[in-house]
Amino acid sequence: MKMSETEEARLGEAGSAHGVAVDARALCKRYGALTVLHELELNIAPGEFVAIVGRSGCGKSTLLRLLAGLEAPDGGRLEVAGEERRGLSDHTRVMFQEARLLPWKTVLANVGLGLSGDWRTKALDILTQVGLAEKASEWPAVLSGGQRQRVSLARALIHTPRLLLLDEPLGALDALTRIEMQSLIEDLWRRYGFTAVLVTHDVSEAVALADRVVLIEEGRITLDRRVPLARPRERGSPEFGALEKEVLHRVLGRTAPGGEA
Amino acid sequence: MNLQRHPLLYGSIPWVLPVLLLAVWEAGTRVGWISDRVLPAPFAIVQSFVALTLSGELWGHLKTSCWRALSGFGIGAGVGIVLGFWTGTSHLMERFLDTSVQMIRNVPHLALTPLVILWFGIGEEAKIFLIALGVMFPVYLNTFHGIRSVDRQLIEMGRAYGLDRWKLFRDVILPGALPSILVGIRFGLGVMWLTLIVAETIAASSGLGYMAMNARELLQIDIVVLAILLYALLGKLADYLARVLEERWLRWHPNYQRAAG
Ligand SMILES: Nc1ncnc2c1ncn2[C@@H]1O[C@H](COP(=O)(O)OP(=O)(O)O)[C@@H](O)[C@H]1O
Ligand SMILES: [Mg+2]
Repeated sequence: MKMSETEEARLGEAGSAHGVAVDARALCKRYGALTVLHELELNIAPGEFVAIVGRSGCGKSTLLRLLAGLEAPDGGRLEVAGEERRGLSDHTRVMFQEARLLPWKTVLANVGLGLSGDWRTKALDILTQVGLAEKASEWPAVLSGGQRQRVSLARALIHTPRLLLLDEPLGALDALTRIEMQSLIEDLWRRYGFTAVLVTHDVSEAVALADRVVLIEEGRITLDRRVPLARPRERGSPEFGALEKEVLHRVLGRTAPGGEA
Repeated sequence: MNLQRHPLLYGSIPWVLPVLLLAVWEAGTRVGWISDRVLPAPFAIVQSFVALTLSGELWGHLKTSCWRALSGFGIGAGVGIVLGFWTGTSHLMERFLDTSVQMIRNVPHLALTPLVILWFGIGEEAKIFLIALGVMFPVYLNTFHGIRSVDRQLIEMGRAYGLDRWKLFRDVILPGALPSILVGIRFGLGVMWLTLIVAETIAASSGLGYMAMNARELLQIDIVVLAILLYALLGKLADYLARVLEERWLRWHPNYQRAAG
């Protein structure tokens, strides 16, 4: 995808002008007899960071695949950047749970996948931003899980997406690598100003990164909680802990936050 | 004594038996245990090799045989790969072709030899046709299987990253299918030599097989054994070339990566 000069200039300054709005109204998705999304309503402002949490199988990935245009809804309306979503779009990129790197391409070529012209300089630049420039000529097979996800992040960012969808990309990483990756994602989000939708099963990750945490239950949104903490957030702070506890209780289906125990 | 501690001794172990056999063979023919109507002396084979090489006769037969083998293989592998790509990427083509191919595949191609001789006579076409037919099936089946077993997630990723049909094929499907295609090619090389030997032995007026059959009639048993040895050598050479291709094209594959450092 190519950007105009002005777009690129805007990117550096007021990043949030770059992100797109997402507007889902009465969104439905069925697989045979199974209704996965049930008239789901979701509004995301340009440049906002939204985390989606919920039990396994509640439809998080399905929602993300609809947002990506990889699948079409069975009902309702989905608008991205003010236009109805029809199929894939150049301004949306996905980071999957598995890094999904092409094993037969070097790290650099993976980052430049689908680009033409002088993509090498750009790819190397973006690899530097994710801290992997020295692995540019390696095969993906020799990378660690965290490094693979960094490459996958670089591959998404090289397209300067206006909407970045992340489907549990850090789920398989160890705790330390995960925290490193979280701050990397946050930094890049602040630098580029794209709209981010992160699916995660880790409530603390959701609270650390998102402007809003959204809970999906039985195909509907049952909690939409703003995270009022200043960035960068400190996991140890009492406010952080309280919020994390509140969301966790809702995910586990207990109503009164901190009521029992 | 621990033999493994002596690299020179240990490395020579596989050669002990062949050298011993060769010595017994040479001695046996000299002393007269082995009649020279059963097996010629190794030295006699070397002598006839030198004589045939000097007269240019051997080179002529070798060239004819290799030409037949390679053109038959080229046609068979080419058709097999194209059909495999076609049925592998199009469900309609698969429905149309696959059942027929599976049925024809069950006829041993060498059983067609009498029919093929009736069609083409004992000219070059008959042999090239038989080789091509024999090579086509393993190449087709492995290409088809290879394309079908490419990771769906990688294909989805490629689509989501905006690859068009041609780039998706070139960057994702083809390299993903390559390990399996190469297995088919190696298999096809084996079929190629086998078919060549049978075809040249049954009906030919030149080539290694003809040289062997001609020598049999003249009771030149050393030339018969020489032809067999040359077939074995050529088979080994083809296998070696296939291995080189694999190492070159599958460099990215963890199975082919030499332990670095
Ligand atoms: N392609 C599909 N065909 C049939 N059922 C599906 C398909 N994709 C997802 N599902 C079902 O939809 C439900 C939601 O799946 P998913 O969105 O992947 O959940 P998660 O929240 O864990 O990401 C699950 O019950 C799953 O089995
Ligand atoms: Mg999921």
